[in-house]
Amino acid sequence: MNRSPRRDFIVGLFVLAGLAALAYLSMSVGGLSFRNQGGLTVYASFDEIGGLKPRAPVVIAGVKVGQVVEITLADDYRARVRMDLRRDLKLPVDSIASIVTAGLLGDQYISIQVGGDDRYLDNGGTITMTESALSLERLIGKFIYSFERGGTSSNQAPADSNP
Amino acid sequence: MRFVLELGRIAAFTADVARAVVTPPPRLGAFVAELFNIGVLSLLIICVSGAAVGMVLGLQGYNTLVRFGAEESLGAVVGLSLIRELGPVLTALLTTGRAGSATTAEIGTMVATEQLDGLRMLAIDPVHLVVAPKALAMIAAMPLLSALFIVCGLAGGYVVGVALMGVDAGNYVSSLQNAVDFRDDVLGSVLKACVFGVLVGLISTFRGYTCQPTSAGVAAATTSTVVVGSVSVLLFDYIITALWGV
Repeated sequence: MNRSPRRDFIVGLFVLAGLAALAYLSMSVGGLSFRNQGGLTVYASFDEIGGLKPRAPVVIAGVKVGQVVEITLADDYRARVRMDLRRDLKLPVDSIASIVTAGLLGDQYISIQVGGDDRYLDNGGTITMTESALSLERLIGKFIYSFERGGTSSNQAPADSNP
Repeated sequence: MRFVLELGRIAAFTADVARAVVTPPPRLGAFVAELFNIGVLSLLIICVSGAAVGMVLGLQGYNTLVRFGAEESLGAVVGLSLIRELGPVLTALLTTGRAGSATTAEIGTMVATEQLDGLRMLAIDPVHLVVAPKALAMIAAMPLLSALFIVCGLAGGYVVGVALMGVDAGNYVSSLQNAVDFRDDVLGSVLKACVFGVLVGLISTFRGYTCQPTSAGVAAATTSTVVVGSVSVLLFDYIITALWGV
């Protein structure tokens, strides 16, 4: 087999291009990160997380500040969500984490309403005030139930469903 | 009956190739030359096909999604179908036709013209010199080609979705990034591409190595490579998807 430097160079370029494509898919598209430990880790427990999944965004005022890393079932049968937030973020301890839905049927994400306390959450701290996911099916069920009973509260249920 | 016999032969052949790969000296020059033939020369067909498939996905996905008012999920549709299924499978099928058939024909012609027997006369193992670098290059090239196919497809979907159909560029990219997971999707895609590389590499070299030493034999072996290679790629695709859910 004869070897020519030019061909070897082209093969090297091909391998580099292939590896670059793999790296792009893994890191930019797939969300693989090697500096995952650098962020601020915050926990929050919810009664009901609905369709929340790992890698769902965490936003403050609509601006993405981090993502959900892990969802586990805690000992008290609530869902414990671990979030990885931006390191420079200072969250007051009385902030509220709520699970909201993008649009009517869109993906669910966590929105944080920043509190007014002058003490801030440490790395690994827990947001104590949480608001669970709104289950549209449950709301409709409740609405129909109260409607069938002819109760006076029938107009209260749809007012709740406004996310 | 013949199937079991073939299976036994290809298993023994696989063991031969694996032994030849680890036996020194490494045939680096031959490997690079084969990587050029299989990888670099397949680049054009892979990139053009990838872009075309991505564009079709963008168009079809948009037309379906727009009915539900969900056209901002176009990136997720294009990305997931390319990464999980179409990228590895279509790359394997194209490479079987483009490079696998050529590999079989080349080795088959060497058999027919008694070049491999000549090597044996010189006490050179033809599996070591000719077969192993070709099989290895196929295995190495497949994940790289598949990744390039997917990237071209994503770009094609972007062009159709964003430039032609007017989906918001940020929505396309963010739905793509939110939907695709590294462990579930990208690793599965690479695993599929590697398995297909092993399949196509072994089948194409095996068919060439065991072909009848006539011109009709070479023709039959080349046809058989394309048929058996394509079918086994599709079958293994189902098996991998069913077992690991990628």
